[in-house]
Amino acid sequence: MVAATLDAPRERPAPRWRFRRPSVLPGFNLAFGYAVVYLCLIVLIPLAGLLIRASSAGFEGLWAAATEPRVAAALRVSFGVSFAAALVDVVFGLLTAWVLTRYRFPGRKVLDAIVDLPFALPTAVAGIALAAIYAPNGWIGALVAPLGLKIAYTPLGIFVALVFVGLPFAVRTVQPLIAEIDRELEEAAATLGASRTRAIWTVLLPPLLPAVLTGFALAFARAVGEYGSVIFVAGNIPYVSEIAPLLIIIKLEEFDYTGATVIATVMLAISFLTLLAINALQAYSRRRFGHG
Amino acid sequence: MARHRSVTTERKSTKVVLLGITLLFLGLFLVLPLAAVFVEALRKGFAAYLESFQDPDARAAIRLTLTVAAIAVPLNLVFGIAAAWAVAKFEFRGKSLLVTLIDLPFSVSPVVSGLVYVLLFGAQGALGPWLRAHDLQIIFALPGLVLATVFVTFPFVARELIPLMQEQGTSDEEAALTLGASGLRMFLTVTLPNIRWALLYGVLLCNARAMGEFGAVAVVSGHVRGLTTTMPLHVEILYNEYNFVAAFAVASLLAGLALVTLAVKSALEWRYGADIAGRAAH
Repeated sequence: MVAATLDAPRERPAPRWRFRRPSVLPGFNLAFGYAVVYLCLIVLIPLAGLLIRASSAGFEGLWAAATEPRVAAALRVSFGVSFAAALVDVVFGLLTAWVLTRYRFPGRKVLDAIVDLPFALPTAVAGIALAAIYAPNGWIGALVAPLGLKIAYTPLGIFVALVFVGLPFAVRTVQPLIAEIDRELEEAAATLGASRTRAIWTVLLPPLLPAVLTGFALAFARAVGEYGSVIFVAGNIPYVSEIAPLLIIIKLEEFDYTGATVIATVMLAISFLTLLAINALQAYSRRRFGHG
Repeated sequence: MARHRSVTTERKSTKVVLLGITLLFLGLFLVLPLAAVFVEALRKGFAAYLESFQDPDARAAIRLTLTVAAIAVPLNLVFGIAAAWAVAKFEFRGKSLLVTLIDLPFSVSPVVSGLVYVLLFGAQGALGPWLRAHDLQIIFALPGLVLATVFVTFPFVARELIPLMQEQGTSDEEAALTLGASGLRMFLTVTLPNIRWALLYGVLLCNARAMGEFGAVAVVSGHVRGLTTTMPLHVEILYNEYNFVAAFAVASLLAGLALVTLAVKSALEWRYGADIAGRAAH
C-alpha cells in the first residue's frame, strides 16, 4: 500500500498537460485574467456579435447583399484603389527608407519624424486638408485643372488620401532592415565585379522583399478600412467614388443593419486574410533570412 | 571625383536625384497637407481664427474630446500593463493567439469598430430593448464614444510593452523577490522604472489616436451638436456647412496635437531608443 503510493509518480512520468510553466513571479492570474476579460468585453464579444448577425442572414442572404450592384461597386472601388495606393506606397516607401538610412543631409531627422505624420494626424484633418489642396480651386487642383485633370471628388482623390495614410507602414517595415544590411555583402559584390546597380538588384533588395510585402499588406489593410481622410476628397458618388466604409454608414443611417453587417463582414474577412498573409510572410522571412 | 568613390554607395548624381524625388514626394504628400491646415485656418486673419474658438459648440467638442481620452487612455494603459506582464514574463499555452487577438483591432476598419457597438447597444441592437427599458443610453452618448475609442486604441500600450518586457526577461524581478520585496514593491521599484519610457511612448500614441479618432466615433456619435461631437466630428460638421475657417481652426488644434506627439515621440526615440525596443510600424 505504502510502496504503491510511493511508486505512483514514477508510473506517470513528466509530460502532462500544463497551462503554464511554473514561475516565481507573482500576478499571473490577476494580469492574465484581467487582460482576457477586458479583451473579451471590448473586442471579442462585439466582433462575435457582428458575425452572429451576419450568419443569421444565411449564406445566400450574405451573397445577395454583397453582390447588390451598389455594394459590389463600393467594394471594388475600396479594394482596387487601396491596391494601387499600397503599390505606390511600397515603391516610395522603399526609396524613402533608403534615403533616410543611407544618406546624410541636413534635416534628415526632421524628415524621418515627419514620415509618421499620417499616424499622428487625425484622419478628418488630413481629409479636409487634402480636399483643400486637390479641389479644382486648391493649390494643386488649380495647377492640374488646365490639363483637364480633376483629382478631388474623383477616385483619384481617394487614391491620394490612401497613399497618405499608408505611407508610414511601407517606410517603417523596411527601414530597420536597410539599417541592418551587412556592408561586407556590398563590398563582396563590388569586389566580385558587380556594378552598383547589379549589387542593389541582386544582393541588397532580395532580402528586403518579405518586409516590402509586409509593408504592402499593412498599407493595403489600412487603406481598405480608411474612412476619415477619404470621404472629404472622394466626392462620394455612388458607383464611382463611394468607398465600402462609407456605404456601411449610409446603410446604418437607413437602419439597414443587415446591409451594414454584410459589408463589414466582407471587409473583416479580407482583413483577416491579409493579416494571415502577413504572419505567413514573417514566418517565411524568419526562416529564410533570419529576421522578421 | 571618381577616384576614391566608395563601392558601397551610389554615385553622387544618383544620390541627388533619389534625394530630390524623396523630398518632392514627402513634401507633396506629407508637408503640403499639414501646411494647408494652418494656411486655411488663418485665411481670414488671426482674429477670425481666434473667434472660431468662442463658439460654445467648439468648446463643448474640445471638452468632450478631452473627457473621452481621459477615460479611454487609462483603461488601455491598465490593460496594456496587465497583458504585457502576463505575455512577457510567463510561458503559457496559447500565448501567440492572445498576442494576435490583442492586435486585432488594428486590422478592423474604424467604421466596423463603431458598427459592432451599434449592433450590440443600438436601438435595434441585441441589448437595445433592455437598455431602453432601464433608461440607459450607450449609443449616441458618452459611453458609446468611449467604447469606440477604447476599441480603436486597444493595442497601443500593450504592443509597445510586450517586446520590450520580453527582451528584459525576468531576472530583475526575480532578484527583487529574492531580496524579500513584495509583489507590488517589485513592480513599482523594478518593473515600472524599466518600462517607463516605453510606457510613455505607448500612452502618447494611444492618446493621439484617441483624440483624433473619426470613423469609429462617427458611427456611434449621432452628431448631436455640442453634445456628442468630438473635435474631429465637429470639424466635419463645420466643413459640411462650408464654414471653412472654423473647420480648419479646430483642425489646426488637432494638427498641433499631432505635431507635439511627433516631436515628443522623436525625442523619446533619440534619447531612449534602447529603452523603447521593438518600435516598428504601428
